[in-house]
Amino acid sequence: MLLIHCPYCDETLPELEFAYAGEAHIARPVDPSALSDEEWRDFLFIRTNARGTHFERWRHIHGCARFFNAARDTVTDRFLVTYKAGESRPDLTVKESAE
Amino acid sequence: MTHFSAMSLLKNALTGHKNWREQWPDSQPKAEYDVVIVGAGGHGLGAAYYLAKEHGITNVAVIDKGWLGGGNTGRNTTIIRSNYLYDESARLFDHALDLWDNLSQELNYNVMYSKRGVMMLAHNVHDVQSFQRHIHANRLNGVDNRWLTKEEAKAFCPPLNISPDARYPVMGAALQMRAGTARHDAVAWGYARAAAARGVDIIQNCPVTSIRRGPDGAVIGVETAKGFIRAKKVAVSAAGHTSVVMDTAGVRMPLESYPLQALVSEPVKPIFPCVVMSNTVHAYISQSDKGELVIGSGTDQYTSYSQRGGLPLIEHTVAAICEVFPIFTRMRMLRKWGGIVDVTPDRSAILGKTPVKGLYVNCGWGTGGFKATPGAAHTLAWTVAKDEPHPINAPFTLERFTTGRLIDEAAAAAVAH
Repeated sequence: MLLIHCPYCDETLPELEFAYAGEAHIARPVDPSALSDEEWRDFLFIRTNARGTHFERWRHIHGCARFFNAARDTVTDRFLVTYKAGESRPDLTVKESAE
Repeated sequence: MTHFSAMSLLKNALTGHKNWREQWPDSQPKAEYDVVIVGAGGHGLGAAYYLAKEHGITNVAVIDKGWLGGGNTGRNTTIIRSNYLYDESARLFDHALDLWDNLSQELNYNVMYSKRGVMMLAHNVHDVQSFQRHIHANRLNGVDNRWLTKEEAKAFCPPLNISPDARYPVMGAALQMRAGTARHDAVAWGYARAAAARGVDIIQNCPVTSIRRGPDGAVIGVETAKGFIRAKKVAVSAAGHTSVVMDTAGVRMPLESYPLQALVSEPVKPIFPCVVMSNTVHAYISQSDKGELVIGSGTDQYTSYSQRGGLPLIEHTVAAICEVFPIFTRMRMLRKWGGIVDVTPDRSAILGKTPVKGLYVNCGWGTGGFKATPGAAHTLAWTVAKDEPHPINAPFTLERFTTGRLIDEAAAAAVAH
Protein backbone atom coordinates (compact mmCIF):
# COMPACT_ATOMS: atom_id res chain seq x y z
CA MET A 1 0.00 0.00 0.00
CA LEU A 2 1.38 3.37 -0.99
CA LEU A 3 1.36 6.11 1.63
CA ILE A 4 0.76 9.48 0.00
CA HIS A 5 1.23 12.93 1.47
CA CYS A 6 -1.55 15.36 0.53
CA PRO A 7 0.04 18.83 0.41
CA TYR A 8 -3.31 20.49 1.14
CA CYS A 9 -4.36 18.37 4.14
CA ASP A 10 -0.70 18.07 5.18
CA GLU A 11 -1.27 14.43 6.14
CA THR A 12 0.23 11.15 4.93
CA LEU A 13 -2.62 8.76 4.12
CA PRO A 14 -3.21 5.37 2.45
CA GLU A 15 -3.39 5.00 -1.33
CA LEU A 16 -7.10 4.09 -1.09
CA GLU A 17 -7.98 7.75 -0.40
CA PHE A 18 -6.40 8.88 -3.65
CA ALA A 19 -7.01 8.61 -7.38
CA TYR A 20 -4.18 8.64 -9.88
CA ALA A 21 -4.68 11.26 -12.58
CA GLY A 22 -1.91 10.77 -15.12
CA GLU A 23 1.24 12.64 -16.05
CA ALA A 24 1.66 16.17 -14.63
CA HIS A 25 2.72 19.42 -16.30
CA ILE A 26 0.94 18.79 -19.60
CA ALA A 27 -0.32 22.24 -20.50
CA ARG A 28 -3.50 22.60 -22.52
CA PRO A 29 -2.76 24.34 -25.83
CA VAL A 30 -3.22 28.11 -25.70
CA ASP A 31 -4.60 28.27 -29.25
CA PRO A 32 -6.12 24.82 -29.98
CA SER A 33 -7.28 25.63 -33.51
CA ALA A 34 -3.72 26.44 -34.56
CA LEU A 35 -2.40 22.96 -33.65
CA SER A 36 -1.32 20.46 -36.31
CA ASP A 37 -2.40 16.81 -36.15
CA GLU A 38 1.05 15.91 -34.80
CA GLU A 39 0.81 18.48 -32.03
CA TRP A 40 -2.66 17.19 -31.08
CA ARG A 41 -1.26 13.64 -30.96
CA ASP A 42 1.56 14.76 -28.68
CA PHE A 43 -0.83 16.63 -26.39
CA LEU A 44 -3.51 13.93 -26.23
CA PHE A 45 -1.66 10.64 -26.46
CA ILE A 46 2.12 10.78 -26.16
CA ARG A 47 3.36 10.32 -22.60
CA THR A 48 6.81 10.26 -21.01
CA ASN A 49 6.11 6.92 -19.29
CA ALA A 50 9.34 7.46 -17.35
CA ARG A 51 11.25 4.55 -15.86
CA GLY A 52 12.58 6.35 -12.79
CA THR A 53 11.43 9.76 -11.59
CA HIS A 54 7.94 10.50 -12.88
CA PHE A 55 5.97 13.71 -12.35
CA GLU A 56 2.31 12.89 -11.99
CA ARG A 57 -1.04 14.17 -10.77
CA TRP A 58 -3.02 12.65 -7.93
CA ARG A 59 -6.39 13.61 -6.50
CA HIS A 60 -7.27 13.29 -2.81
CA ILE A 61 -10.66 11.98 -3.88
CA HIS A 62 -11.83 10.72 -0.46
CA GLY A 63 -10.40 13.69 1.42
CA CYS A 64 -10.19 17.31 0.31
CA ALA A 65 -10.88 16.18 -3.32
CA ARG A 66 -8.17 18.48 -4.66
CA PHE A 67 -5.63 17.71 -7.37
CA PHE A 68 -1.94 17.92 -6.54
CA ASN A 69 1.32 16.85 -8.13
CA ALA A 70 3.90 14.28 -7.08
CA ALA A 71 7.34 13.07 -8.09
CA ARG A 72 7.55 9.29 -7.72
CA ASP A 73 10.18 6.73 -8.66
CA THR A 74 8.36 4.24 -10.93
CA VAL A 75 10.92 1.50 -10.26
CA THR A 76 10.62 1.53 -6.46
CA ASP A 77 7.19 3.26 -6.24
CA ARG A 78 8.72 5.57 -3.59
CA PHE A 79 7.25 9.09 -3.47
CA LEU A 80 10.05 11.68 -3.63
CA VAL A 81 7.89 14.74 -3.00
CA THR A 82 4.32 15.97 -3.39
CA TYR A 83 3.44 19.61 -4.12
CA LYS A 84 0.42 21.76 -4.84
CA ALA A 85 -1.12 22.08 -8.29
CA GLY A 86 0.17 25.12 -10.13
CA GLU A 87 3.61 25.01 -8.50
CA SER A 88 6.51 24.39 -10.86
CA ARG A 89 8.42 21.13 -11.04
CA PRO A 90 10.67 20.85 -7.96
CA ASP A 91 14.43 20.57 -8.44
CA LEU A 92 15.07 17.05 -7.13
CA THR A 93 18.85 17.12 -7.61
CA VAL A 94 19.19 19.66 -4.76
CA LYS A 95 17.06 17.54 -2.43
CA GLU A 96 18.93 14.33 -3.17
CA SER A 97 22.37 15.83 -2.64
CA ALA A 98 21.20 17.23 0.73
CA GLU A 99 20.27 13.77 1.96
CA MET B 1 15.93 -30.97 -32.68
CA THR B 2 14.60 -34.17 -31.11
CA HIS B 3 11.17 -34.94 -32.47
CA PHE B 4 8.73 -35.55 -29.61
CA SER B 5 6.41 -38.53 -30.03
CA ALA B 6 4.90 -41.35 -28.03
CA MET B 7 7.88 -43.44 -29.17
CA SER B 8 10.47 -40.91 -27.93
CA LEU B 9 8.65 -40.70 -24.58
CA LEU B 10 8.67 -44.47 -24.25
CA LYS B 11 12.32 -44.74 -25.22
CA ASN B 12 13.36 -42.11 -22.69
CA ALA B 13 11.17 -43.65 -20.01
CA LEU B 14 12.98 -46.98 -20.45
CA THR B 15 16.34 -45.26 -19.97
CA GLY B 16 15.20 -43.39 -16.84
CA HIS B 17 14.70 -40.02 -18.56
CA LYS B 18 18.47 -39.46 -18.42
CA ASN B 19 18.99 -38.89 -22.13
CA TRP B 20 16.83 -35.84 -22.84
CA ARG B 21 18.90 -33.23 -24.64
CA GLU B 22 18.64 -29.46 -24.20
CA GLN B 23 15.97 -28.12 -26.51
CA TRP B 24 17.78 -25.00 -27.70
CA PRO B 25 21.33 -23.71 -27.28
CA ASP B 26 22.13 -20.70 -25.09
CA SER B 27 23.45 -18.56 -27.95
CA GLN B 28 26.05 -15.81 -27.84
CA PRO B 29 25.50 -12.86 -30.17
CA LYS B 30 27.06 -12.78 -33.64
CA ALA B 31 28.32 -9.49 -35.07
CA GLU B 32 25.45 -9.08 -37.52
CA TYR B 33 21.90 -10.29 -38.14
CA ASP B 34 19.25 -9.66 -40.76
CA VAL B 35 16.66 -9.17 -38.04
CA VAL B 36 17.05 -8.52 -34.31
CA ILE B 37 13.95 -8.92 -32.17
CA VAL B 38 14.02 -7.17 -28.79
CA GLY B 39 12.12 -9.22 -26.22
CA ALA B 40 12.04 -13.02 -25.93
CA GLY B 41 8.46 -13.46 -24.85
CA GLY B 42 5.89 -15.47 -26.78
CA HIS B 43 5.36 -12.62 -29.26
CA GLY B 44 9.07 -12.11 -30.03
CA LEU B 45 9.98 -15.81 -30.18
CA GLY B 46 6.89 -16.51 -32.29
CA ALA B 47 7.82 -13.75 -34.72
CA ALA B 48 11.30 -15.27 -35.07
CA TYR B 49 9.75 -18.68 -35.72
CA TYR B 50 7.40 -17.37 -38.44
CA LEU B 51 10.21 -15.30 -40.00
CA ALA B 52 12.25 -18.48 -40.37
CA LYS B 53 9.43 -20.79 -41.36
CA GLU B 54 7.27 -18.65 -43.65
CA HIS B 55 9.70 -16.07 -44.99
CA GLY B 56 12.99 -17.98 -45.06
CA ILE B 57 14.77 -15.40 -42.90
CA THR B 58 16.85 -17.44 -40.47
CA ASN B 59 19.68 -15.03 -39.62
CA VAL B 60 17.64 -13.77 -36.70
CA ALA B 61 18.40 -13.05 -33.04
CA VAL B 62 15.88 -12.73 -30.24
CA ILE B 63 17.45 -10.76 -27.38
CA ASP B 64 16.08 -10.46 -23.86
CA LYS B 65 17.25 -8.65 -20.73
CA GLY B 66 16.18 -11.63 -18.62
CA TRP B 67 15.35 -15.24 -19.36
CA LEU B 68 13.01 -16.18 -22.19
CA GLY B 69 9.34 -16.12 -21.30
CA GLY B 70 10.15 -14.45 -17.96
CA GLY B 71 8.13 -11.29 -18.56
CA ASN B 72 4.43 -11.12 -19.18
CA THR B 73 4.43 -14.47 -21.04
CA GLY B 74 5.21 -16.17 -17.72
CA ARG B 75 3.03 -13.86 -15.62
CA ASN B 76 -0.38 -13.77 -17.27
CA THR B 77 -3.52 -15.75 -16.44
CA THR B 78 -3.36 -17.70 -19.76
CA ILE B 79 -6.84 -16.78 -20.99
CA ILE B 80 -7.48 -17.06 -24.72
CA ARG B 81 -10.58 -15.59 -26.40
CA SER B 82 -11.54 -13.48 -29.40
CA ASN B 83 -14.95 -11.97 -28.55
CA TYR B 84 -13.92 -8.39 -29.29
CA LEU B 85 -16.47 -5.89 -30.56
CA TYR B 86 -14.83 -4.14 -33.48
CA ASP B 87 -14.15 -5.74 -36.85
CA GLU B 88 -10.41 -5.00 -36.72
CA SER B 89 -9.97 -6.59 -33.28
CA ALA B 90 -12.22 -9.54 -34.07
CA ARG B 91 -10.13 -10.34 -37.17
CA LEU B 92 -6.84 -10.08 -35.31
CA PHE B 93 -7.83 -12.15 -32.27
CA ASP B 94 -9.74 -14.71 -34.32
CA HIS B 95 -6.66 -15.10 -36.53
CA ALA B 96 -4.73 -15.88 -33.35
CA LEU B 97 -7.40 -18.38 -32.31
CA ASP B 98 -7.10 -20.14 -35.69
CA LEU B 99 -3.35 -20.49 -35.08
CA TRP B 100 -3.84 -21.63 -31.47
CA ASP B 101 -6.01 -24.46 -32.80
CA ASN B 102 -3.10 -26.24 -34.42
CA LEU B 103 -0.16 -24.82 -32.51
CA SER B 104 0.83 -27.94 -30.55
CA GLN B 105 1.01 -30.00 -33.76
CA GLU B 106 2.80 -27.26 -35.66
CA LEU B 107 5.49 -26.80 -33.00
CA ASN B 108 5.62 -30.49 -31.99
CA TYR B 109 5.30 -29.13 -28.46
CA ASN B 110 2.24 -29.47 -26.27
CA VAL B 111 1.01 -25.95 -25.46
CA MET B 112 -2.00 -27.48 -23.71
CA TYR B 113 -4.55 -25.29 -25.49
CA SER B 114 -7.80 -26.19 -23.78
CA LYS B 115 -11.06 -24.98 -25.30
CA ARG B 116 -12.91 -25.03 -22.02
CA GLY B 117 -14.99 -21.94 -22.77
CA VAL B 118 -14.83 -18.38 -21.46
CA MET B 119 -17.99 -17.17 -19.78
CA MET B 120 -18.51 -13.46 -19.10
CA LEU B 121 -21.07 -12.66 -16.41
CA ALA B 122 -23.73 -9.99 -16.76
CA HIS B 123 -24.72 -8.46 -13.41
CA ASN B 124 -27.01 -5.62 -14.48
CA VAL B 125 -29.21 -4.45 -17.35
CA HIS B 126 -26.36 -2.53 -18.95
CA ASP B 127 -24.17 -5.68 -18.94
CA VAL B 128 -26.98 -7.70 -20.54
CA GLN B 129 -27.50 -5.18 -23.35
CA SER B 130 -23.77 -4.67 -23.89
CA PHE B 131 -23.01 -8.42 -24.03
CA GLN B 132 -25.90 -9.13 -26.37
CA ARG B 133 -24.62 -6.39 -28.67
CA HIS B 134 -21.19 -8.03 -28.51
CA ILE B 135 -22.68 -11.44 -29.32
CA HIS B 136 -24.49 -10.08 -32.39
CA ALA B 137 -21.40 -8.21 -33.59
CA ASN B 138 -19.25 -11.30 -33.01
CA ARG B 139 -21.61 -13.58 -34.92
CA LEU B 140 -21.69 -11.18 -37.86
CA ASN B 141 -17.89 -11.44 -37.88
CA GLY B 142 -18.00 -15.22 -37.74
CA VAL B 143 -16.71 -15.21 -34.15
CA ASP B 144 -18.20 -17.84 -31.85
CA ASN B 145 -20.17 -16.31 -28.94
CA ARG B 146 -23.59 -17.01 -27.46
CA TRP B 147 -25.96 -15.95 -24.72
CA LEU B 148 -26.75 -18.08 -21.66
CA THR B 149 -29.55 -17.58 -19.15
CA LYS B 150 -28.39 -17.58 -15.55
CA GLU B 151 -29.64 -21.17 -15.14
CA GLU B 152 -27.64 -22.22 -18.20
CA ALA B 153 -24.63 -20.37 -16.79
CA LYS B 154 -24.98 -22.26 -13.50
CA ALA B 155 -25.26 -25.57 -15.37
CA PHE B 156 -22.09 -24.73 -17.32
CA CYS B 157 -20.17 -23.64 -14.20
CA PRO B 158 -21.66 -25.24 -11.06
CA PRO B 159 -19.65 -23.25 -8.44
CA LEU B 160 -21.39 -20.05 -9.62
CA ASN B 161 -23.74 -18.37 -7.15
CA ILE B 162 -26.90 -17.30 -9.04
CA SER B 163 -29.17 -16.77 -6.05
CA PRO B 164 -31.23 -13.56 -6.38
CA ASP B 165 -29.99 -12.25 -3.03
CA ALA B 166 -26.31 -12.50 -4.02
CA ARG B 167 -24.25 -9.35 -3.58
CA TYR B 168 -23.68 -9.33 -7.36
CA PRO B 169 -26.72 -11.07 -8.89
CA VAL B 170 -26.10 -12.93 -12.15
CA MET B 171 -28.55 -12.02 -14.94
CA GLY B 172 -26.99 -14.15 -17.66
CA ALA B 173 -23.69 -14.64 -19.40
CA ALA B 174 -21.93 -14.56 -22.76
CA LEU B 175 -20.11 -17.78 -23.59
CA GLN B 176 -17.37 -18.24 -26.16
CA MET B 177 -16.93 -21.98 -26.40
CA ARG B 178 -13.85 -21.82 -28.62
CA ALA B 179 -12.04 -19.79 -25.99
CA GLY B 180 -10.08 -21.22 -23.07
CA THR B 181 -6.57 -21.43 -21.72
CA ALA B 182 -3.10 -22.65 -22.71
CA ARG B 183 0.11 -23.38 -20.84
CA HIS B 184 1.90 -20.02 -21.04
CA ASP B 185 5.48 -21.27 -20.46
CA ALA B 186 5.03 -23.98 -23.06
CA VAL B 187 4.13 -21.34 -25.66
CA ALA B 188 7.45 -19.55 -25.11
CA TRP B 189 9.40 -22.83 -24.93
CA GLY B 190 7.66 -24.31 -27.97
CA TYR B 191 8.34 -21.26 -30.13
CA ALA B 192 11.93 -21.01 -28.81
CA ARG B 193 12.62 -24.66 -29.62
CA ALA B 194 11.08 -24.48 -33.08
CA ALA B 195 12.79 -21.17 -33.91
CA ALA B 196 16.21 -22.38 -32.67
CA ALA B 197 15.84 -25.53 -34.78
CA ARG B 198 15.59 -23.29 -37.84
CA GLY B 199 18.74 -21.37 -36.92
CA VAL B 200 17.44 -18.49 -34.80
CA ASP B 201 19.76 -17.33 -31.99
CA ILE B 202 18.10 -16.79 -28.62
CA ILE B 203 20.26 -14.51 -26.49
CA GLN B 204 19.22 -14.25 -22.85
CA ASN B 205 20.34 -12.03 -19.98
CA CYS B 206 21.49 -9.38 -22.43
CA PRO B 207 19.68 -6.03 -22.01
CA VAL B 208 19.33 -3.91 -25.14
CA THR B 209 20.48 -0.49 -23.96
CA SER B 210 19.69 1.47 -27.11
CA ILE B 211 18.72 1.25 -30.76
CA ARG B 212 21.34 2.82 -33.00
CA ARG B 213 20.46 4.71 -36.19
CA GLY B 214 22.74 5.58 -39.11
CA PRO B 215 23.33 8.99 -40.73
CA ASP B 216 20.30 8.50 -43.02
CA GLY B 217 18.08 7.79 -39.99
CA ALA B 218 17.62 4.09 -40.71
CA VAL B 219 18.27 1.46 -38.07
CA ILE B 220 21.79 -0.04 -38.09
CA GLY B 221 21.68 -2.18 -34.96
CA VAL B 222 21.32 -2.36 -31.21
CA GLU B 223 23.67 -1.59 -28.33
CA THR B 224 23.52 -4.37 -25.74
CA ALA B 225 25.21 -5.43 -22.53
CA LYS B 226 27.27 -7.77 -24.75
CA GLY B 227 28.29 -5.04 -27.19
CA PHE B 228 26.98 -3.64 -30.44
CA ILE B 229 25.01 -5.98 -32.71
CA ARG B 230 24.54 -4.87 -36.28
CA ALA B 231 21.09 -5.49 -37.79
CA LYS B 232 19.29 -4.60 -41.00
CA LYS B 233 15.94 -4.62 -39.23
CA VAL B 234 14.94 -4.36 -35.57
CA ALA B 235 11.56 -5.35 -34.18
CA VAL B 236 10.70 -4.23 -30.65
CA SER B 237 8.38 -6.55 -28.76
CA ALA B 238 9.25 -5.54 -25.22
CA ALA B 239 5.82 -5.18 -23.55
CA GLY B 240 5.98 -2.78 -20.59
CA HIS B 241 9.48 -1.58 -21.50
CA THR B 242 8.66 -0.81 -25.15
CA SER B 243 8.52 2.95 -24.66
CA VAL B 244 11.89 2.90 -22.85
CA VAL B 245 13.51 1.05 -25.77
CA MET B 246 11.75 3.11 -28.46
CA ASP B 247 12.83 6.37 -26.77
CA THR B 248 16.44 5.43 -27.54
CA ALA B 249 15.57 5.41 -31.25
CA GLY B 250 13.97 8.82 -30.89
CA VAL B 251 10.40 7.51 -31.24
CA ARG B 252 8.02 8.64 -28.50
CA MET B 253 5.19 6.19 -27.94
CA PRO B 254 1.56 6.66 -26.90
CA LEU B 255 2.04 4.13 -24.10
CA GLU B 256 1.79 4.00 -20.34
CA SER B 257 3.09 1.06 -18.30
CA TYR B 258 1.01 -0.29 -15.44
CA PRO B 259 1.43 -3.23 -13.06
CA LEU B 260 -1.08 -6.03 -13.67
CA GLN B 261 -1.35 -8.50 -10.83
CA ALA B 262 -2.40 -12.14 -10.65
CA LEU B 263 -2.53 -14.74 -7.92
CA VAL B 264 -2.97 -18.48 -7.49
CA SER B 265 -4.46 -20.61 -4.75
CA GLU B 266 -3.22 -23.85 -3.31
CA PRO B 267 -3.82 -26.72 -5.78
CA VAL B 268 -7.08 -28.61 -5.35
CA LYS B 269 -8.92 -31.36 -7.22
CA PRO B 270 -10.81 -30.34 -10.40
CA ILE B 271 -13.60 -28.02 -9.30
CA PHE B 272 -13.74 -25.30 -11.93
CA PRO B 273 -14.55 -26.36 -15.52
CA CYS B 274 -14.14 -23.14 -17.50
CA VAL B 275 -12.92 -19.54 -17.37
CA VAL B 276 -15.28 -17.00 -15.79
CA MET B 277 -14.81 -13.27 -16.16
CA SER B 278 -16.82 -10.55 -14.56
CA ASN B 279 -16.09 -7.02 -15.66
CA THR B 280 -18.58 -5.37 -13.40
CA VAL B 281 -17.03 -6.79 -10.23
CA HIS B 282 -13.69 -6.90 -12.03
CA ALA B 283 -12.20 -10.33 -11.53
CA TYR B 284 -11.57 -13.47 -13.52
CA ILE B 285 -10.83 -17.03 -12.54
CA SER B 286 -9.95 -20.41 -13.96
CA GLN B 287 -8.26 -23.58 -12.70
CA SER B 288 -4.90 -24.63 -14.03
CA ASP B 289 -4.14 -28.24 -14.88
CA LYS B 290 -1.99 -28.34 -11.74
CA GLY B 291 -5.16 -27.59 -9.76
CA GLU B 292 -4.47 -24.02 -8.68
CA LEU B 293 -7.19 -21.42 -9.06
CA VAL B 294 -5.70 -18.69 -11.25
CA ILE B 295 -7.17 -15.29 -10.44
CA GLY B 296 -6.66 -11.85 -11.91
CA SER B 297 -8.30 -8.47 -12.39
CA GLY B 298 -7.44 -5.02 -13.71
CA THR B 299 -4.24 -3.00 -13.45
CA ASP B 300 -3.19 -0.88 -10.53
CA GLN B 301 -4.20 2.75 -10.98
CA TYR B 302 -0.67 4.21 -11.21
CA THR B 303 2.09 3.69 -13.77
CA SER B 304 5.01 1.62 -12.53
CA TYR B 305 7.85 -0.68 -13.55
CA SER B 306 7.98 -2.48 -10.20
CA GLN B 307 6.46 -5.87 -11.30
CA ARG B 308 4.77 -5.89 -7.91
CA GLY B 309 1.61 -3.77 -7.57
CA GLY B 310 -0.36 -2.93 -4.46
CA LEU B 311 -2.34 -5.07 -2.02
CA PRO B 312 -5.59 -3.03 -2.19
CA LEU B 313 -6.15 -4.41 -5.67
CA ILE B 314 -5.63 -8.01 -4.53
CA GLU B 315 -8.11 -7.46 -1.70
CA HIS B 316 -10.66 -6.07 -4.16
CA THR B 317 -10.15 -8.97 -6.55
CA VAL B 318 -10.42 -11.69 -3.94
CA ALA B 319 -13.47 -10.02 -2.40
CA ALA B 320 -15.19 -10.10 -5.81
CA ILE B 321 -14.31 -13.76 -6.36
CA CYS B 322 -15.64 -14.72 -2.91
CA GLU B 323 -18.96 -12.99 -3.61
CA VAL B 324 -19.49 -14.67 -6.97
CA PHE B 325 -18.14 -18.05 -5.84
CA PRO B 326 -18.84 -18.40 -2.09
CA ILE B 327 -17.46 -21.96 -2.29
CA PHE B 328 -13.95 -20.45 -2.46
CA THR B 329 -14.15 -18.27 0.66
CA ARG B 330 -11.91 -20.58 2.66
CA MET B 331 -9.45 -21.31 -0.13
CA ARG B 332 -5.87 -20.30 0.71
CA MET B 333 -3.88 -18.24 -1.76
CA LEU B 334 -0.27 -19.25 -2.42
CA ARG B 335 1.42 -16.56 -4.47
CA LYS B 336 0.79 -13.23 -6.12
CA TRP B 337 2.93 -11.32 -8.59
CA GLY B 338 2.83 -8.49 -11.07
CA GLY B 339 3.80 -7.90 -14.68
CA ILE B 340 4.24 -4.56 -16.43
CA VAL B 341 1.72 -4.04 -19.22
CA ASP B 342 1.89 -1.33 -21.85
CA VAL B 343 -1.45 0.37 -22.35
CA THR B 344 -2.43 2.53 -25.35
CA PRO B 345 -5.00 5.34 -25.23
CA ASP B 346 -7.54 3.28 -27.22
CA ARG B 347 -6.64 -0.04 -25.52
CA SER B 348 -5.74 -1.64 -28.87
CA ALA B 349 -2.30 -2.85 -29.86
CA ILE B 350 0.25 -1.09 -32.05
CA LEU B 351 1.64 -3.58 -34.54
CA GLY B 352 3.63 -2.64 -37.59
CA LYS B 353 6.01 -0.10 -39.07
CA THR B 354 7.35 3.02 -37.37
CA PRO B 355 8.56 6.38 -38.76
CA VAL B 356 12.12 4.96 -38.58
CA LYS B 357 13.24 2.84 -41.54
CA GLY B 358 13.97 -0.73 -40.53
CA LEU B 359 12.31 -0.36 -37.11
CA TYR B 360 9.11 -2.26 -36.31
CA VAL B 361 7.07 -2.40 -33.16
CA ASN B 362 4.64 -4.81 -31.52
CA CYS B 363 3.24 -3.36 -28.31
CA GLY B 364 0.25 -1.90 -26.54
CA TRP B 365 -1.40 -5.23 -25.80
CA GLY B 366 -2.33 -3.92 -22.38
CA THR B 367 -3.77 -6.60 -20.14
CA GLY B 368 -4.61 -9.04 -22.94
CA GLY B 369 -1.51 -9.88 -24.94
CA PHE B 370 -1.19 -13.60 -24.25
CA LYS B 371 -4.25 -14.61 -26.27
CA ALA B 372 -2.88 -12.74 -29.28
CA THR B 373 0.54 -14.43 -29.19
CA PRO B 374 0.41 -16.52 -32.40
CA GLY B 375 -1.55 -13.88 -34.35
CA ALA B 376 0.69 -11.00 -33.29
CA ALA B 377 3.84 -13.04 -33.99
CA HIS B 378 2.56 -14.25 -37.37
CA THR B 379 1.57 -10.81 -38.69
CA LEU B 380 4.64 -9.09 -37.18
CA ALA B 381 6.88 -11.55 -39.05
CA TRP B 382 5.02 -10.74 -42.28
CA THR B 383 5.45 -6.99 -41.76
CA VAL B 384 9.16 -7.30 -40.91
CA ALA B 385 9.85 -9.63 -43.87
CA LYS B 386 7.95 -7.66 -46.50
CA ASP B 387 8.25 -4.16 -44.98
CA GLU B 388 4.51 -3.73 -45.40
CA PRO B 389 1.46 -4.32 -43.22
CA HIS B 390 -0.35 -7.65 -43.21
CA PRO B 391 -4.07 -7.12 -44.04
CA ILE B 392 -4.92 -8.12 -40.47
CA ASN B 393 -2.49 -5.80 -38.67
CA ALA B 394 -2.90 -2.91 -41.13
CA PRO B 395 -5.39 -0.97 -38.93
CA PHE B 396 -3.14 -1.26 -35.86
CA THR B 397 -0.71 1.46 -36.89
CA LEU B 398 1.15 4.01 -34.85
CA GLU B 399 -0.22 6.69 -37.21
CA ARG B 400 -3.77 6.19 -35.99
CA PHE B 401 -2.99 8.43 -33.02
CA THR B 402 -2.25 11.23 -35.50
CA THR B 403 -5.09 10.57 -37.94
CA GLY B 404 -7.64 9.85 -35.21
CA ARG B 405 -8.63 6.49 -36.74
CA LEU B 406 -8.63 4.80 -33.33
CA ILE B 407 -9.78 1.23 -32.60
CA ASP B 408 -11.63 2.21 -29.50
CA GLU B 409 -12.00 -1.06 -27.62
CA ALA B 410 -11.48 0.94 -24.42
CA ALA B 411 -15.02 2.20 -24.66
CA ALA B 412 -16.59 -0.63 -26.63
CA ALA B 413 -15.37 -3.87 -25.15
CA ALA B 414 -16.65 -3.36 -21.61
CA VAL B 415 -14.20 -6.09 -20.69
CA ALA B 416 -11.10 -6.44 -18.60
CA HIS B 417 -8.44 -6.79 -21.23
